[in-house]
Amino acid sequence: MDQIKAKLMKPSKETKQETVGKIISYTCIVAIMLLVLLVLYFIISFGMSTFTKNNVNLWSFLSGTNWSPGQVDAHGNPEVGALPMIVTSFAVTILSALVATPFAIAVSLFMTIIAPKHGKGFLQAIIELLVGIPSVVYGYIGLTLVVPFIRHLYGGTGFGILSGTIVLFVMVLPTITSLTVDSLKAVPRYYLEASLALGATRWQTIYKVILRAATPGILTAIIFGMARAFGEALAVQMVIGNATLMPKSLLTPAATLTSQLTTGIGNTVMGSLPNNALWSLALILLLMSLVFNIAVKFVGSKGDLNK
Amino acid sequence: MTDKVITSENVRLYYGEKEALHGVNLDFKKNEITALIGPSGSGKSTYLRCLNRINDLIPEVTVTGSIKMDKQDIYAPNVDITELRKRVGMVFQQPNPFPFSVYENVAYGVKLAGRSKVSKAEMDKIVEDSLKKAAVWDEVKDNLNDSALSFSGGQQQRICIARVLAVKPEIILLDEPTSALDPISSYAIENTLLSIKKDYTIIIVTHNMQQASRISDQTAFLLDGKLVEAGPTKEIFINPKEKETNDYLNGKFG
Ligand SMILES: Nc1ncnc2c1ncn2[C@@H]1O[C@H](COP(=O)(O)OP(=O)(O)OP(=O)(O)O)[C@@H](O)[C@H]1O
Ligand SMILES: [Mg+2]
Repeated sequence: MDQIKAKLMKPSKETKQETVGKIISYTCIVAIMLLVLLVLYFIISFGMSTFTKNNVNLWSFLSGTNWSPGQVDAHGNPEVGALPMIVTSFAVTILSALVATPFAIAVSLFMTIIAPKHGKGFLQAIIELLVGIPSVVYGYIGLTLVVPFIRHLYGGTGFGILSGTIVLFVMVLPTITSLTVDSLKAVPRYYLEASLALGATRWQTIYKVILRAATPGILTAIIFGMARAFGEALAVQMVIGNATLMPKSLLTPAATLTSQLTTGIGNTVMGSLPNNALWSLALILLLMSLVFNIAVKFVGSKGDLNK
Repeated sequence: MTDKVITSENVRLYYGEKEALHGVNLDFKKNEITALIGPSGSGKSTYLRCLNRINDLIPEVTVTGSIKMDKQDIYAPNVDITELRKRVGMVFQQPNPFPFSVYENVAYGVKLAGRSKVSKAEMDKIVEDSLKKAAVWDEVKDNLNDSALSFSGGQQQRICIARVLAVKPEIILLDEPTSALDPISSYAIENTLLSIKKDYTIIIVTHNMQQASRISDQTAFLLDGKLVEAGPTKEIFINPKEKETNDYLNGKFG
């Protein structure tokens, strides 16, 4: 009896293993949380110092249209108007998502409902390939194909929002497509049968039932695509022209928040106003990614079919 | 002979190479309920799904023989399948309302091509009548704009029946419509079928022998893709001609 008791009281090998496992995973979680907090702290504190240390007015930062952080305007205020970059970022994001979505839906429908056999093999492979191509390659292709083509077509330099949109279109297409495919696959097949059995044609079924049932998923896909477009730096930087001017048309050189960050970060001194101003751009990017995240959560909860 | 709505002769169905129906001859009379019974895998669903050509969805299915509806071969090349399916409604084993409101579910079939000129008032009327016929109106009338998925399985199945009735079919096919439901919901659906049969021809697949004997006028017994026998329900249940039918009804196999 005593032996059994002693054995019961002593932690077994399995229990020890479990304790070790717990310690390892908690340590990792804490480390990652610290890392995230550190990143947030950096972006927020540096991003805010434009307004706290350099006394730039938040409103003039968001609404100003002149960006040359090294200089001061007639009133002696630094010229850090981020509006051109904000506008350009939103323009390329919205335009590329707008153009990509119909293509993505068409391709996804083809892959899931119209010709699922082909969809599984060939198209799936293409989509995965497109996702895997590094953005610098997209940028390079954009630079050698898209920019000269636009220049040839419309004159000017060829750099600008239009070129950026075209490159981003190709980049977000696979993102939106593969997520749309997932949401279409999640639509139960018996909706198709039920609808056809009521005398609907295939197309009526697709747009009245399947697309409708998949709408929350498709919206989520679009938001993810937009998040990717908004955050893409390298490829955009190579084709947008990098002029921090308020875009007058889709054909004039412009700059996005990300492209300005990559362009400018090497040319500024840590702690100076031009550097802090770039951190402020990063802060805007951070807030936008928060907004995209909330939007996804919101759309996802709205889409709960059992409500 | 004019009261035969559907006549099927020597119907064979192949899934690819495999023959799943081996020449079924079966007729259905107007305003009658026919029960299709038989063990699992005997081809009841396969046969039923030939009647509205929903089997066409499955690739590599071929059907031979003839199925005629009012003397028109429904597998003839010039047949409008959507028109056929409006005449031959179908209720499935699992309740499968669309993830829309109750109202939209019932209105769905009516709104489809050709019938789009229905006014709001007319549509309200159709929805109400259909839900009443399906004996579910009292339970849903205050929540017509709620998602159909928020109702119980039995209510969902009756909403699905209402959805079919709204299209005004002549024939209604039901594939084990109550197998996922509790006895009370099943009973409600049986009553629904009995109350609507004066306006429709109903064909129901069921594993529930009491259900078959309670509601059907004709019973057809299938085994391994063959029709063993069909006849008035009373005769089949009390005095079957074939030994296999007798064995099945007495629970000796299947
Ligand atoms: N899509 C399909 N592809 C190939 N074979 C199939 C397919 N559907 C059914 N079968 C086969 O056809 C035969 C008849 O099946 P069916 O579903 O019609 O039986 P059932 O009588 O409805 O059975 P249950 O009572 O289980 O629903 C079975 O042998 C089945 O394996
Ligand atoms: Mg079946």
